[in-house]
Amino acid sequence: MPNGNDPRKHTIAVLVENKFGVLSRVAGLFSARGYNIESMSVGETLDPSVSRMTLVVRGDEFVIEQVTKQLHKLIDVIKVTDLTDESHVERELVLIRVNAEPSNRAEVLRTADIFRARVVDVTAVSFVLEATGDEGKLEALIELLRPMIQELVRTGKVVIARGPKARVRRVEPPRKPRVADDPKVVGFAD
Amino acid sequence: MKMPGARIVLECLKRQGVDLIFGLPGGAVLPIYDALYDFQGLRHILVRQEAAAGHAAEGYARTSGRVGVCLVTSGPAATNLVTALQDAMMDSIPIVAFTGQVPTHLIGNDAFQEADNVGITRSCTKHNFLVKDGNDLGPIIREAFHIASTGRPGPVHVDLPKDILVKEWDLVWPDQIHMRSYNPNYEGHPGQIKRAAKLLARAKKPVLYVGGGVISADASAELRELAELAQLPVTQTLMGLGSFPMEHPLSLDMLGMHGSYYANMAVHHSDVLVAVGARFDDRVTGRVDAFAPNAEIVHIDIDPSSISKNIQVGVPIVGDCRRVLVKLVEALREELRDEPPPAVGEARRQWATQLAEWKRDFPFRYEWSDDVVKPQYVVQEISNATGGEAFIVTGVGQHQMWAAQYYKFKHPRMWCTSGGLGTMGYGLPTAMGVQAANPGKLVINIDGDGSFAMNSQELATCFTEGLPVKTVIINNSGHGMVRQWQRIIYKERYCAIDLPGIPDWVRLAEAYGCVGLRVTKPSEVVPAIEKMISTPAPVVLDVCVDKDECVFPMVPAGGANTDMILVAPTREVRDKAAKSQTGF
Repeated sequence: MPNGNDPRKHTIAVLVENKFGVLSRVAGLFSARGYNIESMSVGETLDPSVSRMTLVVRGDEFVIEQVTKQLHKLIDVIKVTDLTDESHVERELVLIRVNAEPSNRAEVLRTADIFRARVVDVTAVSFVLEATGDEGKLEALIELLRPMIQELVRTGKVVIARGPKARVRRVEPPRKPRVADDPKVVGFAD
Repeated sequence: MKMPGARIVLECLKRQGVDLIFGLPGGAVLPIYDALYDFQGLRHILVRQEAAAGHAAEGYARTSGRVGVCLVTSGPAATNLVTALQDAMMDSIPIVAFTGQVPTHLIGNDAFQEADNVGITRSCTKHNFLVKDGNDLGPIIREAFHIASTGRPGPVHVDLPKDILVKEWDLVWPDQIHMRSYNPNYEGHPGQIKRAAKLLARAKKPVLYVGGGVISADASAELRELAELAQLPVTQTLMGLGSFPMEHPLSLDMLGMHGSYYANMAVHHSDVLVAVGARFDDRVTGRVDAFAPNAEIVHIDIDPSSISKNIQVGVPIVGDCRRVLVKLVEALREELRDEPPPAVGEARRQWATQLAEWKRDFPFRYEWSDDVVKPQYVVQEISNATGGEAFIVTGVGQHQMWAAQYYKFKHPRMWCTSGGLGTMGYGLPTAMGVQAANPGKLVINIDGDGSFAMNSQELATCFTEGLPVKTVIINNSGHGMVRQWQRIIYKERYCAIDLPGIPDWVRLAEAYGCVGLRVTKPSEVVPAIEKMISTPAPVVLDVCVDKDECVFPMVPAGGANTDMILVAPTREVRDKAAKSQTGF
């Protein structure tokens, strides 16, 4: 199969039956067919019998077409939407533990401020920062803090279509997912 | 009225119309076997190994058009069953497999005969269920049969913990099935069907390439109507054999790695290729970039993920093969109302002439011998003796290809072979299932000595259950297909292929209470086949054949279909093969 275009990241929203084993069906499909998941987040929707997965997958258009079709073939999958080229809002939450020695405390706080990251834990020698945003913003923040970072946890992306009528039924209520609050949000550390 | 879960399972099977199950008991499913003791209207066939139960269910399903059912216990039984599940998965055969499981409170405790059954079968079933609440038994069984038999058919596995089978529950049987997440599309898109009809009406070199989907959808009559309407030549895949009569003048027989020269040439030179219920398997396409390079491809399939998976398709039509073919015939009739341009008519005449020439000049052929039995001859004589009216099952290997090449298939649902997975040992247990589904009919298992050995214990089942399966062993004292590859591609460095003359198949058959026959000379073949067919008991006919015989034509793995070799290759070809990574 000739490649249609260059591989790029696609964001795919998958509505699934909220049953045990669904996560492993989806994950198993990816490993069995040799596709890579860059990130995945799962949470209940307004309808508690439905969960929504947000997958970030890298591939050219043929790979993504197969991914979409194969996902749809899973019996527990209700709907698959590739939001990459739709108008949408994407957010990810990251928790970063950074060194905060007297010499760099102020710099860390300044940087955090610029990115509207909040300090959620403080010790004499460290901060934990909480930041949300799209991928570009978080990458920029991480890049700036990199020399001082001790530990990093990311939730994976969640995405919602823009506009009054949601293109995907029953998406999550528009609130920021909090790893600490919501055990159903599965995050992947980088 | 409350009843034990085990009884509910049987009641549900009965409501589902099941009258026959293949199984093997064990600890975790003992409650079901206890309930079966005095349950009316359900025949149970006791197999000797669990994979055989799965294969038998496949044979039952393929030839009857109904869902095959098997029942085995937990742990090792479930893992034995995995091969049959994957086999059914790849060949889209509707079966429902029940396995026992340790009681729910022990799941995950590494209990005796525990395995993560649903975890293991997740990737080799269309769907699977672990029953955690007895009230779900009815709905789950209902859904299992629905999923197995609709859309692209496939195996469904239901895992039954022992405590669920023992406790008493109300029988819940939903009147209707509604699954918001599973709604296969049956009707093809009218616009696409119209496009396909237009292409076919103007095609100069059309070919129909049909697969197992035509058989699953019972679309043979519609296929024939389409082919005859516009005089379209038809080539069938291994799984599609029987969907179009081989003796029909439009038949190009099988295509692919060991298909006919004329079928592969026709597909290669076609300008419009219509794939119906086929999935562009690598054994069919050869090197994909050289497959039908000039053709506009129309693909009719019920599974959207089959379309444009291996080969980019111009006109995709997602739908049930039969319904789409009905609409396609209508649309084509409409298109053909206007006389096609004279250039098209002339090109079609040339195409027909070209196909006839290929068919005449490059038929399936082999060298006759007066001294040693040629395997192809055996299949030909089976075909002659049965007139294409027998159920044919095979194992996997050379004999399977010879059966596909030389048997003159007439009807759909009379051919069972392990096409996708290539499961050796498939023959006998599947033939058993076919015989159980078709009592009184002639079922012939054409098998190899290597393949047959993998499930020969089922002769016991054939004997005890009164299933008079006829097995013809094409006995070349070795793993013939491996030998062929080592001969052609690996410079005759034969390794691990000899199966020298043991067991004595005649005595083995007799040990199992069956009739054993042996043939070593060509002149004995026909009388032995006649004797086999007229014997009412299960028969094993051991035919000692020429072990040097190879299956030709052959497209070497990784080669294009035009690289087909028609006879044993010269040393030059072999040297070239040795230098390349893929073989050729």
